[in-house]
Amino acid sequence: MGVMKRLTNIVQAKANKVLDKAEDPRETLDLSYEKQIEQLQQVKRGLADVATAKKRIELQAQQLQQAAAKLQDQARQALTQNREDLATEALTRRSGIATQLEGLKTQHDQLAQQQERLEATTQQLQARVEAFRTQKETLKASYTAAQAQTRIGEAVSGISESMSDTGLAMQRAQDKIAQMQARAGAVDELLASGTLTDLSGSTDSIQAELDRTASAGQVELQLAQLKSELNPPAVAPSGELAAGTGTPEATEEPVDGEVVPDQPPATGPAAGAAKAPADPFSLDTGSAS
Amino acid sequence: MIVRILGEGQFELREDQVAALEELDQQLVAALDSGDESRFTAALTRLVQTVRSDGTPVATDRFVPSDLTLPHESATLAEVRELLASEDVGES
Repeated sequence: MGVMKRLTNIVQAKANKVLDKAEDPRETLDLSYEKQIEQLQQVKRGLADVATAKKRIELQAQQLQQAAAKLQDQARQALTQNREDLATEALTRRSGIATQLEGLKTQHDQLAQQQERLEATTQQLQARVEAFRTQKETLKASYTAAQAQTRIGEAVSGISESMSDTGLAMQRAQDKIAQMQARAGAVDELLASGTLTDLSGSTDSIQAELDRTASAGQVELQLAQLKSELNPPAVAPSGELAAGTGTPEATEEPVDGEVVPDQPPATGPAAGAAKAPADPFSLDTGSAS
Repeated sequence: MIVRILGEGQFELREDQVAALEELDQQLVAALDSGDESRFTAALTRLVQTVRSDGTPVATDRFVPSDLTLPHESATLAEVRELLASEDVGES
């Protein structure tokens, strides 16, 4: 048997399940009508679901775009700090995001297609329901004629078949939504676990590393500044302090570099505390004199 | 004869026009059996296009069952296989 005939049998078998035929064909007409109204509502809900799913994908794509932009910045920042390893890591993650975005685009296209189809289905269904409503009254009125019974049977079979077809269209749309939800969940997890850059504010590992490198640089800078303050190039007012430089036996801290602090810890009058920084959580860069 | 394109609607065709679809239908069967996706798509596309061009769309206010049914134009081989598999349920 050909595919076309087999499919017809399948759709009509489904159609018979959609509608439990009542004994009186006139009741079947009313039942068909009710079922169609029900289905119309279902299709409209389905349409709303598709739109929501599409929206969610769009939002996720936005988040991924932001994450990618951030990684790009981080890569640049890492390079200025001579951290090629970190820059590579950031760009690798960024290309991972590109892959995710491609997947999202495919799904977005599929959902858009489903949306279009369901919109067409809704319009057709609406027109059909309206036509059926008026026709069923005519059929009921002429029911006594034997021919009308056949016509009722045909009309009901036709409408059940259409409903079964609409059911298939809705199922397709729901499958696509389910696929989209599975992927969306996975992307959410990725975003949350920090495998991709977390945009909620907590720093990811690349950022932490960059911050560490940057703050290490700042520490050196501030150290150098303190040193120059405590060791004025010209005549020092107190010989004791000025003599501090280069006394190796006093060193305890394994600080890298040539600076060996031999002074009491810099407190109050130090440059850093002189001005209150704008952001209470950010350290002064040490440029204040 | 009434031919439905799933997800699209019904079309009315003359007997001789339907006879012309037979050969394409057989190609569809062969492609489904062999799993040849490109052959399947080619046959399905031609079937759907022929029904659309030769047939007359059935009016919205006419309620009739179909004699033949076609998958939607964009249906994949796997989708149609799955659809056909549902036929086996309840059959001996």
